[in-house]
Amino acid sequence: MKPATGLTQAFRRLVKSPTTWSFGGRAIGCAGFALLVFCGFARGQNPAPGPEDSTPNYGGYAKADIAYGAQLYTAQCSGCHGVNGDAQPGINFRAGQFKRVASDNDLRMVITNGISGTAMPAWHFNNAELTSVVAYLRNMSKFNASNVVPGDAAHGKALYDSVGQCATCHRINGAGPFTGPDLTNVGAARSPDFLERTLLDADGAMLPNNRSIRAVTKANQTITGRRLNEDTYTVQLIDSNNRLVSLNKSDLREYTVLKTSGMPSYRDKLSSKDVSDLVAYLLSLKGGQ
Amino acid sequence: MIRRFLIAAAALLLVALNIRAQVSNEDLLHASSQPRDWLTYSGSYMSQRYSLLHQIDPANVKNLELKWVFQAQSLQKFEATPLVVHGVMYVTQAPNDVVALDAATGRAFWFYHYAVSPAAKPCCGAVNRGLAMLGHTLYMATNDSHLVALDSRNGQPIWNVEVAKAADGYAMTVAPLIIKDKVITGVAGGELGIRGFVAAYDVETGKEDWRFYTTAGPGDPGSGTWTSDAWAHGGAPIWTTGSYDPDLNLTYWGTGNPGPDYDPGARPGDNLYSASVVALDADTGKMKWYFQFSPNDAHDYDATQVPVLANTNWKGSPRKLMLWANRNGYFYVLDRTDGKFLSGTPFVRITWATGLDPQTGRPQLRHLEPGVPVFPGPEGATNWYSPSFSPHTGLFYIPAWSDFSAIFNRFPVPYKQGQHYTGGAITPAIPNGQMPVLSKLGPINTYTDAAGHGAVIAMDPADGQKKWEFDMYDVTMSGILTTASDLLFVGGREGYFQSLDAKTGALLWKASLGGEIADGPMTYEVNGKQYVSVASGNSLFVFGLRDP
Repeated sequence: MKPATGLTQAFRRLVKSPTTWSFGGRAIGCAGFALLVFCGFARGQNPAPGPEDSTPNYGGYAKADIAYGAQLYTAQCSGCHGVNGDAQPGINFRAGQFKRVASDNDLRMVITNGISGTAMPAWHFNNAELTSVVAYLRNMSKFNASNVVPGDAAHGKALYDSVGQCATCHRINGAGPFTGPDLTNVGAARSPDFLERTLLDADGAMLPNNRSIRAVTKANQTITGRRLNEDTYTVQLIDSNNRLVSLNKSDLREYTVLKTSGMPSYRDKLSSKDVSDLVAYLLSLKGGQ
Repeated sequence: MIRRFLIAAAALLLVALNIRAQVSNEDLLHASSQPRDWLTYSGSYMSQRYSLLHQIDPANVKNLELKWVFQAQSLQKFEATPLVVHGVMYVTQAPNDVVALDAATGRAFWFYHYAVSPAAKPCCGAVNRGLAMLGHTLYMATNDSHLVALDSRNGQPIWNVEVAKAADGYAMTVAPLIIKDKVITGVAGGELGIRGFVAAYDVETGKEDWRFYTTAGPGDPGSGTWTSDAWAHGGAPIWTTGSYDPDLNLTYWGTGNPGPDYDPGARPGDNLYSASVVALDADTGKMKWYFQFSPNDAHDYDATQVPVLANTNWKGSPRKLMLWANRNGYFYVLDRTDGKFLSGTPFVRITWATGLDPQTGRPQLRHLEPGVPVFPGPEGATNWYSPSFSPHTGLFYIPAWSDFSAIFNRFPVPYKQGQHYTGGAITPAIPNGQMPVLSKLGPINTYTDAAGHGAVIAMDPADGQKKWEFDMYDVTMSGILTTASDLLFVGGREGYFQSLDAKTGALLWKASLGGEIADGPMTYEVNGKQYVSVASGNSLFVFGLRDP
C-alpha cells in the first residue's frame, strides 16, 4: 500500500496522537439532537472511578447521576409509581421487574415516548435528566433516596463567581469570554456525574469537540485557540484574544489538536459539598429561558 | 421563393435535431463509446462511470471554471445524476420534479412537477437518483412508488403506474434502467418491513412484464433461509441502479439489508436474497445466480452498490468480471457469468468478520460482545455512492468511510404496517464523542480521528491491494467519475469538488461549492466542449475549461 502524498495524509498523521483518544469513560456527551434518545445508553459498561470510590457498587452508574435521578423521580414519577417503585401492577423498580423494557435504551424510549393507551405520559426530560432517572431506576434497591442532600445552587453560583473563577473562561447567557465552552445550556446537555468529573479532572472529561489547537505557521507564528470547525484543507478557531481565525493547513508547519484542557482541577480547591453545590448551579442552567 | 426554401430547410434541420435528440436501444448498448452523451445513471450498462472524454486533462484541469448553476427549489439532498442527450440535460429535483436544461448554458426548456403522495415514507430523505431514457421518453421512479413516463420534449406525462403501496412503506429513489423494451426498477423500504423486488415494465404502456422478489418466499429457491414468515417483511430493498451484460442477457442488482435491520435473531438463517447481488434474465426476471455478501446481516450492510462490470484479464486470461466494494468493508471480484467468488479483500478496518472463506467468499464471523464498537459502523464502509473503474489505469475507485465504527444495540420490535422496523438503535463508539450520521447536521465539523473519515480508495482488482488513498477530514457520499485522461473527480460532505490524478491520488484541482456533495459527478460534451457536472447542497454546478 502506497499512501498518497497529500496534505490530508500529512495532517492526519499530525493530528493522530501516539496513543488513542481517551476520555473520562462513561459519561454521556451526545450533543447531537437526532441521537439524543439513544445517547448514554452504552454507559455503565466502562465505569470510571468516581470521586467517592468507597460508596457501594452502583453497577457502573454514577452516584451523582443516581442522586439527581432520585430527586427527579421523587418529584415527577413517585406519584404513580410510588416511592418504592412498586405502585403499578406488574412493575417493581427495586426488584428490577418491568413489563416492557429490558435495556436502558428501552427505558429511555418508554420515558420519552410514553405508552399509548396507558396512563404513562411522554416525559420531556432533557438528556441529563433522562440519564439520571435511568441511573436511579437501576439502583433503587441500593440507593437511599432519603439521604440525598440536594446541592445548594445559590451557593454554587457564588462559588462560580468567586473561588471557582469560572467566568474567567466560560460564558453564560451572553456574558463572559469565549475561551471555554458556553455553559448557558449545560444543565440540559450534561449529566451531574459528567459535570462533577469535569470539575475534578477536566482533561479526562473534556469533550472531543471542545479541544484546543496549536498551530505554527511557516512564518513561525504560533496560534492557539479553541477549534470551531475543520475540513480537509482548513481549520477555523477562536483564538485566545476572542478573534475568529481561519487557517489554511498548507500554510502551517505544525498543527496539533490538544488533549489537555486549560481548566484547572478543583479536587483540592473545593470541598465535596462545594462541588455538589456548583454542580447544582450548573444543572440549573437550561438554556437561559 | 428563397424565403420558402429557407423555412423548409430550417424545418428540416429542426426535424433532424429532434430525431437526434432521442435515445435508441443501440445507443444504450454502445453508450461508453459515445461519450458526448450520458445516457444512463452510471454512464453505461457496464456502470464504470468512466468516460472516454479527455479534453480536460491533468495539465489543464487547473483552468476549470464554473459555467453555470442550476439552483433546485428543494431542501432535500441532491443525489441525482443527470442524463445528457445531444446537448439537453434531464435531471430530477428532489423529490420528483424533472427539468430539461440546455446542457451548455443551464437555461431551462421545461419543468415538470410531480406531487408526491403524503403517504410516501422514504426512510432516509425524500431523494431521487435520476432518470432513464428511451426514444423520446423519460422514466422516473417516485417516492410514493409510482413509475412515471414523460415526453422528453415537453415534460408531459405519458403514463403513470403504481409499483407498490406507499402506505406499506414502499418508496422508490432509484434511477430506472432501460433494457430492450423494458424499464426496470426496484423498491426501497428496508427499514419499514417491506418485501423487496425488482420489476420490469413495458416502456410503451407501463404494464408489468416480470417481477423478482428479493426475499425467498415459500416454494422459492432459498426459502429455507428464512424461518416462519419473516420473509414477508424481510426487506432486501432495491435503491441503486443495476447493470446489464447484453452478451449474457443478464441484469445485475444489489439488494439491501434484511429486516429488521439490527435484530438478526428475529430472522434466523441466511435470509436470501438480502445483502446480495442477483443476476436476472433480462427478458423473464428469472434468477440465473446470486452471491450473498452478508448472510443474516446484523449491521445494515446493504449490498445496494452499483454492480460495476469489467472485461479484463484475471490470472492471465480474459474474464467477465464484476467488481464490488461492499458496505460490509470487503472488495469483491466475482465472475459475472456464474457468480463465482474470485477474491475478496478488506478496504477499510473490519471487525465484524475475521475474513472470507477463500473458496466461497462467505464471511467468517467474529463473536462480538454487545456494546463493543463494530467496524464498519451502520453507514458502512461505502454505500450507494457510485464507485468508478478505469480500464485505462486498471484501478477501481471506492468512495469510502474509513475507520468508522459504532455500537449496535438490539431490541426486538413487532412488525407494524408502514412503521419503522429496525430492531435496534445505534450509539456512538467514541465516549463523549460525535459520530458521522446519514445526514449532515450543519456546517460544523469537530470530529476527531476516532470518528472515522471519508476517503477515495484506489484498489487493484488483480491483487486486491490498495494502491493509494486520498483522505478527507469529513465523510463522503460523493460518487466518483474517471476519464480517459486519467482524471478522477470526486466531492465530499465538506463541499469541495476535487480532481485527482487517477494514477497516484494527487490533488490537481479543487473548488469549494459550499454544500454536501452527494451525487455522482458526470461528464459530457456539447459543441466540442467537455463539461463536468456535480451537485453540491441544493444546486447543480457545471464546469468547463476557461475559454481561450
